[in-house]
Amino acid sequence: MYKEPAVPFKGTKEQEQELLTFIDANKDEDGVLMPALQKAQEIYGYLPIEVQTMIAKALDIPLSEVYGVATFYSQFSLNPKGEHRISVCLGTACYVKGADKILEGIEARLGIKCGECTSDGKFSLDSTRCVGACGLAPVMLVDDDVYGRLTVDMLDGILDKYRN
Amino acid sequence: MLTIQELENIKKSKEKLVAVRHHRSGNVPNESGYKYQVLVCGGTGCTSSGCKNVVAALKEQIAKHKLENDVKIVTTGCFGLCALGPIMIVYPEGTFYSAVKAETIPEIVEEHLINGNPVRHLLYQQTVCDDGSIKSLDETDFYKKQLRVALRNCGVIDPEDIEEYIATGGYSALAKVLTEMTPDDVVQTLLDSGLRGRGGGGFPTGRKWAFAKASVSDQKYVCCNADEGDPGAFMDRSILEGDPHSVLEAMAIAGYTIGANQGYIYVRAEYPVAVKRLLIAIEQAEKLGVLGDNIFGTDFSFRIELRLGAGAFVCGEETALMTSIEGHRGEPRPRPPFPAVKGLFGKPTILNNVETYANIPQIINKGADWFASMGTETSKGTKVFALGGKITNVGLVEIPMGTTLREIVEEIGGGVPNGKKFKAAQTGGPSGGCIPAEHIDVPIDYENLIALGSMMGSGGLIVMDEDNCMVDIAKFFLEFTVDESCGKCTPCRIGTKRLYELIDKITSGKGEMEDLDKIKELCAYMKSTSLCALGQTASNPVVSTMRYFMDEYIAHVQDKVCPAGVCKELTSYEIIPEKCRGCTLCARNCPVNAISGKVKEPHVIDKEKCIKCGMCMNNCKFGAIVKK
Repeated sequence: MYKEPAVPFKGTKEQEQELLTFIDANKDEDGVLMPALQKAQEIYGYLPIEVQTMIAKALDIPLSEVYGVATFYSQFSLNPKGEHRISVCLGTACYVKGADKILEGIEARLGIKCGECTSDGKFSLDSTRCVGACGLAPVMLVDDDVYGRLTVDMLDGILDKYRN
Repeated sequence: MLTIQELENIKKSKEKLVAVRHHRSGNVPNESGYKYQVLVCGGTGCTSSGCKNVVAALKEQIAKHKLENDVKIVTTGCFGLCALGPIMIVYPEGTFYSAVKAETIPEIVEEHLINGNPVRHLLYQQTVCDDGSIKSLDETDFYKKQLRVALRNCGVIDPEDIEEYIATGGYSALAKVLTEMTPDDVVQTLLDSGLRGRGGGGFPTGRKWAFAKASVSDQKYVCCNADEGDPGAFMDRSILEGDPHSVLEAMAIAGYTIGANQGYIYVRAEYPVAVKRLLIAIEQAEKLGVLGDNIFGTDFSFRIELRLGAGAFVCGEETALMTSIEGHRGEPRPRPPFPAVKGLFGKPTILNNVETYANIPQIINKGADWFASMGTETSKGTKVFALGGKITNVGLVEIPMGTTLREIVEEIGGGVPNGKKFKAAQTGGPSGGCIPAEHIDVPIDYENLIALGSMMGSGGLIVMDEDNCMVDIAKFFLEFTVDESCGKCTPCRIGTKRLYELIDKITSGKGEMEDLDKIKELCAYMKSTSLCALGQTASNPVVSTMRYFMDEYIAHVQDKVCPAGVCKELTSYEIIPEKCRGCTLCARNCPVNAISGKVKEPHVIDKEKCIKCGMCMNNCKFGAIVKK
């Protein structure tokens, strides 16, 4: 069900222009909706209803279709992400090595649940499927940095790096 | 336009450069033009371990000592031994440095690259013999039993340089197919080779191609499934990162065979390195003319486009993948019609997985008999496995079909660490099952794995030891399939959820014996009535763990005990009074103040308050806290 996001949409004209230019150039390609959503998420960081409406209009398809695709894939987010995005890998290799403890540890330290964002907008926390760094299990990503061979007592040090 | 002669010229000009890297024993004359070639693994595993700093340090040192003309640095794809990354090999000797740190690079450059003495204490210790001599990497336990076919160029060539791929014989299979073979010849070669799909089902590749070839249409497509969704499998990613051209070449061969001029690679967006290298590879191939119009002067034209997957496990299913490329929700559809008749955009399509494609150029070049000489009666060639979990040598291994699980776990994998006992190996991911210790000597091939209630899958192989609870593992996979079920058909959408609830009831200590019968019944219904393979196989982890570890299920249900001590509701922490020194460390670390006691007197845990986080046990220095 659609839920009004807590953060108001703050898109700019330039962002809109960038998205519309991309759509215009690729409009006639088969299956363009997915690349358009990927581009939009790259520009805005997430896919609020305003952006989905823009895409629906530009491609001349129903908003329901855009919404259907945007909510089907885990890569697409309808809510804004934190300044730093934490993803804890819950792939099998990480799980058997205790990744659930890592996720709980971060939840406890940040006071948020998986899928949420801290109230100051600093961190958002997600679990992710295998990132393919199974040799380093358990693994988590903060933005694009990979932290491997994690133990719960390493977490404070890692989070502190991003606090300032 | 590139001619076959020009391809041959490129090969000749680079052959000697690359030849020396194929011989790890170092007995090959070094005619590469460089005194040393330093290969650094640039796969995701080693990138995560910091290989970029190593490369930067190398470049700095080489510049400082003005060795640019003597030493070539190559960033390659995955070597396989991810647990010991970052990894670096120095040729012509083939000396193998593991867990390399940027700080040690000056020493390696001065001692090894300038003075010619490998730095023994920084080498992978298995390659250093007692007498100080250095043995070849191929003689170490990890590599000894491996046979690299699909991974042959990974860790050998620079994946961002098409000429290095050509130097190893790259694109010569495409040249041969276009000028010497008919589409029927290609199909026959694949049929004779016995190659079967490496993505899960094991369908004979030659037959798949024959079906699509037989379909009549104005437009056909060739697709590559690089949406490796099985958590714990990363072989496809490693091939794309280490040898992307092998996949492009095979797709072009497929295009010629079935009569398609367009290919799509559906690759996970979570694999940024693979995406980048694929884009570079496609650009280089088009620029050189091995992709594009009138390849090698023939009337065959072929182009490849990338489509990024957006994180949906079901898109590994072929019809769902195609629906996703078309820009829709990635939901599967009933078959028939099969994709070979009506696939992408309603046109005849073949879809193969990355590893399957990576085998094909070599089958064309070396012949069907060569490929069929490897493996077992029904499963030919090799298979790549991603070894993970409770195993010493975590990484990527390629073995001939028919190798036993014992050889993989104990010899190649180096066994279970910390003196723990091997309990089971899980193959086939959320669609597969487990192989318990009593079947560790079974040769691995498609049929044997199915007979054991598991499946080949894409090749994830997760090792579990005595500390893993098999009911919990079944729950873990179900949680995954509940989340990933696309919701189109009822047996999968509701079945996975109900099954999860039943298993959850058991792991929380509320299970009853009749639940076990309900579970069995539900599993059978889901298997026979779900629309696609995701739902049909979602119950496999449950069926398989019940088959081999029924005693654990019964312990959870009847005795309300989790034998491995994993399921929280069924475990409790206790302090052994005789061992407790009253140091108060546990009480201070308990997040819910559940531990009380006076200084220097035994402490007690209040079981009502305890949330079973295990902090007390982790912090106790006297081993006085036990989990029951």
